[in-house]
Amino acid sequence: MVLASGCREQQDSLAPKSHQARDIASLFWWMMGGAWIGLALVVALLFWSWKRRSRRGFGADTEGPKPGEKQGWYTVVGLGIAMPIVVISTLFVISDLFVIKTTQAPAGTTTKLTVQVTGHQWWWEIRYPGTSAVTANELHIPVRTPVRIELTTADVIHSFWVPQLNRKVDAIPDKTNVLELDADAVGRYRGQCAEFCGLEHAHMSMYVVAEPRADFDRWLAAESKPAHTPSGSHALAGQRIFLDGACSSCHTIRGTSASGYVGPDLTHLASRSTIGALTIPNDPSDMMEWIRHSQYVKPGNKMPDIKLPGSQLREVVAYLEGLK
Amino acid sequence: MAVVAPPRAVPEETLDRLERIWESRPGLLGWLTTTDHKRIGLLYFWTTLVLFAAGGIEALVMRTQLAEPNSHVVGPNTYDQLFSMHGITMIFFFIIPMTTGAFGNYLIPLMIGARDMAFPRMNALSYWIFLASALFIYTSLFMGTAPNAGWFDYVPLASKQFNPGRNIDFYCLGIIFNSISSTLTAGQFIVTIFKSRAPGMSLNRMPLFCFAFLAASFGLLFALPALSADTIFLFLDRNVGTHFFDVTHGGSALLWQHLFWIFGHPEVYILIVPAFGIATSIIPAFTQRKLVAFPLVAIAELLVVFIGFGVWAHHMYAVGMQTISLVFFAAATAMVVIPSTIQVFAWCMSLVTGTAIYKTPLLFIGGFIFMFVTGGLTGIMFVAIPFDQQVTDTYFIIAHFHYIIFGAAVFPIFGGMYYWFPKVTGKLYFELPGQISFWLIFVGTNLLFFPMHIVGLLGMTRRVYTYPSGLGWDAYNMAETIGGFVTLAGILLLLGNLAWSYLRAPAAGPDPWHGPTLEWTTTSPPPDYDYAVIPTVTSAYPNWEPAAAGLMLERDHEQVAVTPVDGRLSEIVRMPHESPWPPVLALGLALVFISLLIGRYGVAGIMGIACLLVLAAWHSQEPQEQ
Repeated sequence: MVLASGCREQQDSLAPKSHQARDIASLFWWMMGGAWIGLALVVALLFWSWKRRSRRGFGADTEGPKPGEKQGWYTVVGLGIAMPIVVISTLFVISDLFVIKTTQAPAGTTTKLTVQVTGHQWWWEIRYPGTSAVTANELHIPVRTPVRIELTTADVIHSFWVPQLNRKVDAIPDKTNVLELDADAVGRYRGQCAEFCGLEHAHMSMYVVAEPRADFDRWLAAESKPAHTPSGSHALAGQRIFLDGACSSCHTIRGTSASGYVGPDLTHLASRSTIGALTIPNDPSDMMEWIRHSQYVKPGNKMPDIKLPGSQLREVVAYLEGLK
Repeated sequence: MAVVAPPRAVPEETLDRLERIWESRPGLLGWLTTTDHKRIGLLYFWTTLVLFAAGGIEALVMRTQLAEPNSHVVGPNTYDQLFSMHGITMIFFFIIPMTTGAFGNYLIPLMIGARDMAFPRMNALSYWIFLASALFIYTSLFMGTAPNAGWFDYVPLASKQFNPGRNIDFYCLGIIFNSISSTLTAGQFIVTIFKSRAPGMSLNRMPLFCFAFLAASFGLLFALPALSADTIFLFLDRNVGTHFFDVTHGGSALLWQHLFWIFGHPEVYILIVPAFGIATSIIPAFTQRKLVAFPLVAIAELLVVFIGFGVWAHHMYAVGMQTISLVFFAAATAMVVIPSTIQVFAWCMSLVTGTAIYKTPLLFIGGFIFMFVTGGLTGIMFVAIPFDQQVTDTYFIIAHFHYIIFGAAVFPIFGGMYYWFPKVTGKLYFELPGQISFWLIFVGTNLLFFPMHIVGLLGMTRRVYTYPSGLGWDAYNMAETIGGFVTLAGILLLLGNLAWSYLRAPAAGPDPWHGPTLEWTTTSPPPDYDYAVIPTVTSAYPNWEPAAAGLMLERDHEQVAVTPVDGRLSEIVRMPHESPWPPVLALGLALVFISLLIGRYGVAGIMGIACLLVLAAWHSQEPQEQ
């Protein structure tokens, strides 16, 4: 679905928005050019043999030595051994000794900001060390600033991939992998889990929001605060239902007694644009649908369908939509 | 034994005697107890064809689900089982048994001038175990608990904690069970190719087809133990409480991946090298020319499997290894390209300098070269580590390896089906529907797989049961699905054409293609004893040379054994007769695996002892010295 956003959504590795992704994309374009030349060469040989095809049938041409054994050997040695050695050595040196440096995990000192990302079945937990900010599925970074992503997993193997910004790296149990994000331009970049991680692997996406430094600082300060106390009786009633009911056993809302760790932190849920790791937009009607029928929207996810009377459901949604 | 000079006229009564010595029992019992490599090859052929249909239906259901975004043809639970079973089926239950089991079994003894495989009963056992393992693993699909963590089955997703059902136990046991069959087949081929060749067939006169199967067999023999260890560890982790892969108790999740790909990458070459062998059989016949650079191609076929053992970690570039390890495996990946380019240009130059006869078998080989080169060129791109890390686990990879596995393994299988159809059935095939079937399959597979490169680059990840619209993926996915159904039409036409040809086409005679290798010197279909006179081989293209004197073995159930390298006659071997014990032993093993699956380890032990008793009975039936 197209979410409320000015520009078209992209997850396109050939529309790079960082120097790493740009280097990889230009590597691809060069390799693709070479590949078309290689394919054209072989197709030309096949076409040539078709032009020279026999119409005389079997047995007519076997007698006597065939011409071309020598030329055949020269071609096999020249095009089959020498040429690939030269071409592939060149590719190896350029990509694996030079380009690889730009996409490597950053040293601890070269980045200004570290973000901890934890893969869960099937959402992304995002923490900003040094602050109490915890969010999910929407990773904010300051633009034109190298950011260190420290990636790990709470359960199975996932893979963090935002193709417009950098290559992917896996989230492996008992291991922390590191990746650099350094967006050139302000924007919202779509990413997705790339390693099969179970039933809802298809719905484990995320946004990386690159914004001007001042906006980022404002956002981080807001995310670090505990949740707003709800205003209005509707939302207050919703909060009571949330805290007394099943919700709080799985979700955390900082500043309240809800401190579950199964699902995402909801302290500033209303500041996020989607529900269920980009499965549906975050608006009141979809939120209601999600609470009632999350097993239909995202079958197999860890949140059960919640049976609440309509009035209570509206109160809970009013509370959640107030968590700016 | 007598030496027979050409033209090798054999008296009628000798042929009758050979027929009596070698013929199989009539009827169903004959098929159950057979040790004839041709019958076993046909059993493999029909079984793998059914499994190919199963794997193909799984693929088409997936393509139907993915034709449009947010579609609900199947849910995630079914989809995960479908893509897991598709991979498992096509790799373990279609391509390997189709090439080694069907083509290899039927053709290798014929090509080397033997009357049977070196160990005919073991050969029968391979088939029955293969059949039992296929039934075992497909039972899971009908129970709705098929393997659901992919054919690669990464832990911890496949561990008991995250996958508590029987799905992964079916995977582990089914794979181990199937590996027994593959191991037997591999050993069988190695011994047969080294020991059972006709006198005079030194290694440099051996058909490239046999080199290819030798390479694939060595590959299987050395690669399978890694997979067996891996699946046994996982089974123990899941059911006995060991911690090989359990990071909370000092195990390692990456150990699974390393062991899996130590098997898994050689496996790719094991899949395609026999297909290279088919190509190197069809090209000389259909260009009426010896293959250019024969020795280089023979070495390349062996080398590609050997180097293939050193590249496994290029499947794991994204796991966060140190750069130095990445660069090592990238260098090995670069090297493995060379044996392939040698072969591609040897094939192309043979086609150019010979006089190509573009009938259906050669069309499939032309298509194979095109597909293999396309898939190979995207494969070379994975030498570039950063690019690999960008596209790994996307549809770009799916495009790459389907060009290799469908294009480079299945196209030659189809070509080979047409090429050897006259030999196996004694009938020609109809040419026009043959050529139409080729073009449907060629256009269909390119429409199916080429757009996958593009959606992969546009960010579509693998193993997703659905995807959102608005990311520029929709039209490509629809095209792929259409391509899938065009391919299906082509395959149905191919099979229909062969069936119709069997019923209606004219007789082929022993040698419709003026083929170079020995199998074209015997009748079509070959007699039970393959060759009345064991030929003496003087060249790699014996049917294009004047026939030399041969050996007549008519006294008993015998074949020759030669020295492994020079192919000098070393002894006459009495061959075992048909036997009911191979299918009984396979049944016993199936009961062992079923008991393990349901956790009755005591019963499994008893069944294991029963299997040993069956083995004893089997040996009591060995031919006695007179």
